[in-house]
Amino acid sequence: MSKHDDTNLLDRLNAATLSRRSFLKWSAAAGATAALTTKVDLINGIYPLEKALAAGDVQIMPTGCAHNCGGRCVLKAHVQDGVIVRITSDTDRPDDPLDPQLRACVRGRSYRRRVYAPDRLKSPLRRTGPRGSGQYEEISWEEAVTAVADNLMRIKETYGNSAIYSHYATGAGSLTNGSGNVARLLDLYGGRLGYYNNYSWAAIQAATPTVYGTQNTGQSRLDWLNSKLILMWGWNPAEMIDGTNTMYFVKRARAAGAKTIIIDPRHTMSAVGLADEWIPIRPGTDTAMMAAMAYVIITEQLADEEFVNKYALGYDADHMPEGYENAESFKAYILGESDGVPKTPAWAEEYTGVPADTIARIGREYGTTKPAMLYQGYGIQRRAYGEQVVRMGCTLPVLTGNVGVSGGWASGIAFAVSSESTPGAGFPSVANPVPYSVPCFSYTDAILRGKEMGREDGIIGLADDEQTLPNSIKFLYNCAGNCLTNQHGNINRTHEILADETLAEFIVTHDHFLTPSAKMSDIVLPACTWMETWGMAANWKYGPSRILMPQVIEPLYGTKSDYAIAAMIAERLGIYDEYTGGGKTEEDWYNEWVDKMVADNPTVYGDRDSFVERGSMTIPYQENPPIAFADFISDPEANPLGTPSGKIEIFSAALAARNNPEEIPAIPKFIIEWDSPWAPVAEKYPLQAIGTHYMHRIHSTLDNIDWMDEAFPQRAFINVNDAKERGIAEGDLIRVWNDRGEMKIPARVTPRIMPGVVNIPQGGWYSPDAEGVDQRGCTNVLTSEKPTPYAYGNTQQTIMVQVEKV
Amino acid sequence: MAQYGFYVDLNACIGCKACQMACKDRAGNEPGINWRRVIEVGGGEWRQSGTSWTPDIFAYFLPTACHHCSNPPCLPVCPTAAISKDDNGIVKINVEQCIGCHYCEWACLWGAPQFYEDRGIVDKCDFCKDIVDAGGSPACVEACPMRAMEWGDIEELRASHPGATFAVVPLADPQDFGPNSTYTAHVASTDRVGEILNQEEI
Repeated sequence: MSKHDDTNLLDRLNAATLSRRSFLKWSAAAGATAALTTKVDLINGIYPLEKALAAGDVQIMPTGCAHNCGGRCVLKAHVQDGVIVRITSDTDRPDDPLDPQLRACVRGRSYRRRVYAPDRLKSPLRRTGPRGSGQYEEISWEEAVTAVADNLMRIKETYGNSAIYSHYATGAGSLTNGSGNVARLLDLYGGRLGYYNNYSWAAIQAATPTVYGTQNTGQSRLDWLNSKLILMWGWNPAEMIDGTNTMYFVKRARAAGAKTIIIDPRHTMSAVGLADEWIPIRPGTDTAMMAAMAYVIITEQLADEEFVNKYALGYDADHMPEGYENAESFKAYILGESDGVPKTPAWAEEYTGVPADTIARIGREYGTTKPAMLYQGYGIQRRAYGEQVVRMGCTLPVLTGNVGVSGGWASGIAFAVSSESTPGAGFPSVANPVPYSVPCFSYTDAILRGKEMGREDGIIGLADDEQTLPNSIKFLYNCAGNCLTNQHGNINRTHEILADETLAEFIVTHDHFLTPSAKMSDIVLPACTWMETWGMAANWKYGPSRILMPQVIEPLYGTKSDYAIAAMIAERLGIYDEYTGGGKTEEDWYNEWVDKMVADNPTVYGDRDSFVERGSMTIPYQENPPIAFADFISDPEANPLGTPSGKIEIFSAALAARNNPEEIPAIPKFIIEWDSPWAPVAEKYPLQAIGTHYMHRIHSTLDNIDWMDEAFPQRAFINVNDAKERGIAEGDLIRVWNDRGEMKIPARVTPRIMPGVVNIPQGGWYSPDAEGVDQRGCTNVLTSEKPTPYAYGNTQQTIMVQVEKV
Repeated sequence: MAQYGFYVDLNACIGCKACQMACKDRAGNEPGINWRRVIEVGGGEWRQSGTSWTPDIFAYFLPTACHHCSNPPCLPVCPTAAISKDDNGIVKINVEQCIGCHYCEWACLWGAPQFYEDRGIVDKCDFCKDIVDAGGSPACVEACPMRAMEWGDIEELRASHPGATFAVVPLADPQDFGPNSTYTAHVASTDRVGEILNQEEI
């Protein structure tokens, strides 16, 4: 159907009240494909479908929400005549406190607006203008997958498999959709340069084990109900969704008697609905406040020194690791015995902006309230020295004896020690034959100078006689992600690198939309959404669940799942049978997985038919859940930790051996960031900027969805005082810039952010004007590509800017 | 005759708009039309002392929709008698009868009836009448991830939540219309009067 015909139809609908009868009659007459297109347009523009079709049969299909937030929620798609007309959530079972319903947030609830978005990619595209120009021509699937396969073959032959790279991508996580499908394809084709880390947790994943020897430092949310005090440090579960229902468990912990204090530059949604107190703090200074709390705890004899010296190394001079007896202990650092600077609350006030008496009070509260939790968020570690806040945050619970006790919290990344997972199934795993991996935040360097990158750049997998990677990246695959450009540090630099066709010779993207990352690609392949294919999802942190996601509607516009696209390429690479297991469709795999899960775990999943009909399965919490480190605390000799010493390492000999005490100290320290109010850059750019998670999106996913833009518009959130100084009023268009880039964005003037701090929620789709000034508030116009010193993690919250009214 | 109503514990409301989006999705409303809205209210000032900042600010969220008034001001002004009140007190607009004259929209103090330019009619929250009559819950209530919302007989809701009130800023004085929403006010608002902070979103 041509666009012209659509317009005529819409005019007709506008002109007359359309009865359901005449609507259906017209649809049937128009034939299957045309009817579908027509209905899609109706949903997007013209008639409330719920009413138009109210009398018809509605089939309610189980599906789920597998975005890259911390949750996994149940969705139910209400389907009528092949069109999704409504989405509900987990309403068909009781809401049990030990097994709460997996209720979706705005992101999942708006999903049909994504499925039927008018800007969905409808055809494979081939680039006709320069990379980034967005100039494309529509081509056939045959042409598109042949181009991808030909370039894969050419680059493999010319450079070898280590020149092939598939970047970190998380836009879909339903098995037959998502980047895993491409990784498997490339691994079967001889492999690829791998990556490690992610954009969420790089520093905390690396730093937590330096203290505890494990990432399993947390316990079930049910145990939060046993806590008396919860310090929610940079932790905003209401907005970033740290597990479906996590905010609900905080509510219940408060009802059970816990006091909650939020420490955050923003008066977050969590601060409104989950907290008894809010303490604003300057971004990047959390470690200073924690150090000053340690000062109060130590000097006021609130530290459990017997506990800390029994279980940990490095607290004081008498408990240092072997070979480091004369090194600086934690206590010496805090008291200023080694550097002459006692880390007093007054010292910390200078940096944090938190009044010294408040810091002292919180130190005392945390030091005297038993048991207490210090729960670290993740934004505080996506910073220049993100490792330090993790290690300091892990040290305070040791000082106060809150490790290994019910109602306490060891801090760190805090995966639950009780396995909060369900038995699953999936594609057969394929090992990557190429041994090398790059930190994902350094992937642009691996394009620019991969052949010069070695261990000092974080490259792992090099043989003893290899100093650097054998190749720079030449083939760049981006499946279901927007980290190629939009979510990566310093987008202007990234664009410059990707635009150079002598560096990355071929770039291909699968997506639903022409995202900023897709726009840097030579070939763009239109993927279907997870509601158009077969898959499943599971929780990954809290609340064991398995959510089936069978196909709800046929793929629109002839789009295909990531699996089906990869299978077409596999065919041209001569590995079709290996890739597809002998020609299996998405539905074949889905059925195989469900069969296997049910057969292997009958007590978990029960009867297959009822599981499939229900569409999801959760494992209820058990009372008295296991406590992290309980064994170690009860008998440290018999249950040593996974650290080199077997103890909690406040002082890490492994870090000391890195020989970089300024940036990788052996004990946690406050380090002034390279872009901060105390760096030279502050003269030009006096405001700190942050890019938080936003209800509008999951990272950059859903940025283009109008329902979300209405509910949570993209704005620069600026304090009333800072706005007043600059003559900025609510809604004014403002210019935000630093040496890396510039954006224009409407201001939201609010008392709910600390003076000196501007929040531009991360994930806006980079939309440069002719001068390269972004019009959408893409935070990465302003961020750096510089990694953290130890984890090689991302530092995208360390930003200094200036702001003015346009 | 029963009278249904809504209850929200504002201390537990995180302003996530799951209620608003669930409503929007069920109603199939375009941007610009929201039968349920979440108002962000707050105010206060920042005090600087040397290098430190102390906030004296506050905020809360207020989810609000049609209050299905006992004496709805929208009903008697409708020239085509398109607005009715059913046995459960649900105030509903029959859009087939609506001529889009805006009178109900103007009569309502809380912006519940909203004009659809494309269809030339006014419509509003119908308490998910079809779902409720079939034994279900309104879309907004069952969406709340904080379990902060309830629905049911308004007298029972008021009885089970002592202190609950309609007098929450910025809801207009109900005069004698008898709105059937009730809220447990946020602790931050007990001695503060705020202003709307998200005007463009509502």
